[in-house]
Amino acid sequence: MSSTRKFEVLRTVVAILIALLISFGVIFLVSDDPLNAISWLLTGPLKSQRNFFNVVESMIPLIFTGTGVCIMFSANQINLASEGAFHIGGLVSAVVALKLALPAGISPVVAILLSACAGALFTAIPAILKIKTSADELVSSLMINYLALYFSTFIMKYFLQDPAVGSASYPIPEASTLPTLIARTRVHPGIFVALAVAVLGYVFLYKTKIGYQLRLTGENQQFAEYSGISIVKVILISQLLGGFIAGMGGGIELLSPIYDRFSWTSLLGYGWDAIIICTLAKKNPLYTPLSAFFLAYLRTGASIMARYSDVSLEIVQIIQGVVILFIVAQQFLSRYKHKMIAREAKAALKEEEEEVG
Amino acid sequence: MEKQAVLQMLNIMKIYSNGVVANEDVTLELQKGEIHALLGENGAGKSTLMKVLFGIETPDQGKIILNGREVTIKSPQDAISKGIGMVHQHFMLVPSLTVAENIILGVEPKKGLFIDFNKAVAEAEAISKTYNFDIDVTAKVEEIPVGIKQKVEILKALYRGADILILDEPTAVLTPQETSELFVQLKKLRENGHTIIFISHKLDEIKEICDRATIMRNGRSMGTYSVSEISTDDMSRLMVGREVALTFEKSPQHLTDVVMRVRDLTVHNSQGILKVDNLSFDLKGGEILGIAGVEGNGQTELIDTLNGINKKYRGTIEIKGSDARPLSIKGIRDLKLAHIPEDRMASGCAGTLSILENMFSNQYDQPEYSGRVLLKRKVLSRRCDELIREYRVKCKSSRQQVGMLSGGNIQKVIVAREFSNQPDIIIANQPTRGIDVGATEFIRRRLLEFRDAGCAIILVSADLNEIFALSDRLAVMYKGKFAGLFTDVSSVTEEELGRYMLGLKHAEKLEGAIYE
Amino acid sequence: MLQTIFSADFFAAILRATTPILFATLAAAVAAKCGIINMALEGMMLFSALFGVIFSSMTQSWLAGLLITMVLGGLIGLILAFFVLNLKTDEILAAIAINLVATGGTVLLMLAYSGDRGTSTSIQSVPAPALHIPFLQDIPVLGDLLSGHNLLVYLALIAVVVIHLFLYKTPLGLRIRAVGETKNAAESVGISSRRVQYIALTISGVLVSMGGFFMSGGYMSMFTKDMAAGRGYIALAASSMGGNTPIGGFLVSVLFGIAQAVANVMQLTTIPTEMIQMLPYLTTLVGLGIYSYSRMKKRQRLAGK
Repeated sequence: MSSTRKFEVLRTVVAILIALLISFGVIFLVSDDPLNAISWLLTGPLKSQRNFFNVVESMIPLIFTGTGVCIMFSANQINLASEGAFHIGGLVSAVVALKLALPAGISPVVAILLSACAGALFTAIPAILKIKTSADELVSSLMINYLALYFSTFIMKYFLQDPAVGSASYPIPEASTLPTLIARTRVHPGIFVALAVAVLGYVFLYKTKIGYQLRLTGENQQFAEYSGISIVKVILISQLLGGFIAGMGGGIELLSPIYDRFSWTSLLGYGWDAIIICTLAKKNPLYTPLSAFFLAYLRTGASIMARYSDVSLEIVQIIQGVVILFIVAQQFLSRYKHKMIAREAKAALKEEEEEVG
Repeated sequence: MEKQAVLQMLNIMKIYSNGVVANEDVTLELQKGEIHALLGENGAGKSTLMKVLFGIETPDQGKIILNGREVTIKSPQDAISKGIGMVHQHFMLVPSLTVAENIILGVEPKKGLFIDFNKAVAEAEAISKTYNFDIDVTAKVEEIPVGIKQKVEILKALYRGADILILDEPTAVLTPQETSELFVQLKKLRENGHTIIFISHKLDEIKEICDRATIMRNGRSMGTYSVSEISTDDMSRLMVGREVALTFEKSPQHLTDVVMRVRDLTVHNSQGILKVDNLSFDLKGGEILGIAGVEGNGQTELIDTLNGINKKYRGTIEIKGSDARPLSIKGIRDLKLAHIPEDRMASGCAGTLSILENMFSNQYDQPEYSGRVLLKRKVLSRRCDELIREYRVKCKSSRQQVGMLSGGNIQKVIVAREFSNQPDIIIANQPTRGIDVGATEFIRRRLLEFRDAGCAIILVSADLNEIFALSDRLAVMYKGKFAGLFTDVSSVTEEELGRYMLGLKHAEKLEGAIYE
Repeated sequence: MLQTIFSADFFAAILRATTPILFATLAAAVAAKCGIINMALEGMMLFSALFGVIFSSMTQSWLAGLLITMVLGGLIGLILAFFVLNLKTDEILAAIAINLVATGGTVLLMLAYSGDRGTSTSIQSVPAPALHIPFLQDIPVLGDLLSGHNLLVYLALIAVVVIHLFLYKTPLGLRIRAVGETKNAAESVGISSRRVQYIALTISGVLVSMGGFFMSGGYMSMFTKDMAAGRGYIALAASSMGGNTPIGGFLVSVLFGIAQAVANVMQLTTIPTEMIQMLPYLTTLVGLGIYSYSRMKKRQRLAGK
């Protein structure tokens, strides 16, 4: 392992430890029985099979959006529209399930594929806007996320709404839903798709020609251009694919046993989570399941803690925030990094001298 | 009568942390009210000396005596407060602000809490009038031409009370008309008692306005001369020269077909300034065409047009018989053209990616290395290891980040990449700049091997050693044209080359550029 | 319905909806002028909304509450500056981190302070008072229109002028703009870009905190979880579309305010609310496209000169 790699791992671990310490501090401040709360937070997900599978089921959407963002960010396109793509994906799969009445087995497949396509078209909007008008994709993607939200709510209210329930669609018909894999849990086949997407995302970025073009462009656009790579093509493909995966995640999530209707009247935040996942995974989709597991474990632990102690669930967000801050702070631990590199350089120099001598 | 010295920089030595000795015992003395030329090739140490004077770099040795008192200059602010102003080659202006705002930035006249804009404009106008600068100080900087921008830079320095004004290649970006206008104003400044350091390598300009000249070469001062008493030939001889003549055993030349045909090529840069002027030449397989010349005479623009990065040009470029105009960069590269770019880090590699990932950016899509979709990682990895060995890249493994390597080794990676693609044409722009002796020698030998194997090579270099040792034909670029072209390189002396480079001499009729 | 739209109440609704976004837009503009995208506005606003409730109830004074909130807002700006400028954190990721901490932190803080969950029902906060302008309030029609709004509404309008003067008429403003546009040029005349950026981000934090204070002590009279509801992001877009100028940002913010007020009224009609709610975002998106396009063309034109 190279020193840089070693250092990155070290920094991630230290950042997580600092974040946990800070959150323990907060727990000590707010809780009457802090040790109990901390113990639930850390070990809760392991206390029962059901709790553990809660972790697994909440990993699924995180892996999807995380992988999508890894691909977009690898091309250095800071497009935050995966949030909206996920939402639109959910809507499209609800529409397909409710309106097309396809036979079981085919319905979910069609629904998921169409939701993925919708997601791709959606994230392409900031990309095209950037290519055509040079509008910053960050700002425009923030705006279209709200368009996704209100558009979906509109479609739901006027075309799908179940008057008996209020602001939710009719129930998703059985023919379209994804089955439960393990009794008394909500783990569904989406986990396999998610893992496959993470692996395929890795293969795409690190093993294919176009993935290589994409990363070259992300790391040094001018160099990529000098090498003969078409930048416009890279910008478009990275964001179409990122949206495709996020949309697919939305479609699968809605058809999963976790939801029985389309009832998303606010943004779910998976797009933001995706950025944490991507940061933790260092833009490598292969590590997204691991990062997603970390995040899902933390959240499940926190919700169990919230149930059995007086500390509320939101502590998770603080932990996440602090972890990100320290992982991406380049100067954090930089003195240590410098020492590590200097030591290595000296060793290399010595080696060279020995060679000569 | 010996005039009074306003500034003395005595025995300045500056060694950069990477071990490069930029200044070695340099002495510069300025007399009050003179225009003093600082003359030297790129890399001679002029900029470093000026950075020391302007407080950007601290000297390792030597002292600075200003108006008879020894001073240390800690920062640009310090320099400004001591009456030293600098006009950088790349303008330090805020485009969306007006001329007046740029002039007062950092030393704003105030009325209560606010900037006194009336006073600012009035002061800017007053100072502009004093020195006969005819500038609309309420215009936005982004909307004024380059020549005026330069005047604004000078006014900025004057407004801050500069007595000594450093002008870093001020005419590099100007049209001839703007240049002569600038000279009128510089003379006016001299009359007013200002002292000017004029950095340049244009001898005619130095002859025209400078009083004395200090000539630098390889980090050392070659002496200070009164401009009226030294001939341009002598200046050129002092400035251009080789330390050690280095020779390579060159095998006899075997020319093949013409692979590149350039006709009437004219290129303007993004500012609309003419950089390549109606240039025509041929290139045959089996030869190295060396292009010498002082930087900024159109070499960069020529190269960027030949390899397809710049598409705005008049004239024709034919590569292996096909018109290059409709071809993309990729299309041109597919004609087996390799390019070693001038700026290693900006356009030659991705520093954060591994050696392996940098090694194949020009050939990853060849059937050897990839299928329809996937890269053949094992083949790539094996080939990369081979190339690392062949090109003696010092590294731990092919997975190491390129940015962590030394400059010479980064250049070797780039060269390995470009050379391993069986090129028929190689465009090498400053292939050995700033790298160690071993790597330099290695790259030069490789270029010769490719020549012997029938490859056509264009070599742009500021290193005359390199140009002399490698070129079969040698062209000198001056103001976008070939001022001279030599088919027998061994008959050219460096003095002669220097005269062509500095525009003192140019061929009446250019022969040998085009093969009949 | 027309009657509703031309009423003084409707005018007041526009002002109420505009105010928080306006503060945030000004905050975004100041940050953008110094060269930093302050996406942490969302989290800063949320924190300030809670601080407003807590400290005005603690001191039982809206003024003290507001002042403390502003100080703390400036402090968060400083923290952002520390991470971005000293620790070289990517400004977008740092902002996402701050926003996350704000989402969770506000809920926890409120819980710890009052035991309330989600909504600050048990906190006796003191919102800023309505301002009745003497004489003006007695003028028919005009008096109804212009007098009697929350104090922060007036402060927001004043802030537009103040920030405009600050950015374009004061030495510090000039330096902020210079640093944001061409750092090298500013540093070449001895301006410390880091110091200037620290100041700008602190000001940005103070401005957005006033918007946050208004959210829980004006727009509403309590704190609810996630009550910033994307206003920080809207402000970012609004500022960008307004060319990152206070006046431009003001106009776009008013557009938002009108759209939101109309949306509230429209809820009584048959036109789908969601369609109307989409309007401001759509307008911004289109406006952003047009603005960026014209700026791109201008740059190309200048480069060709």
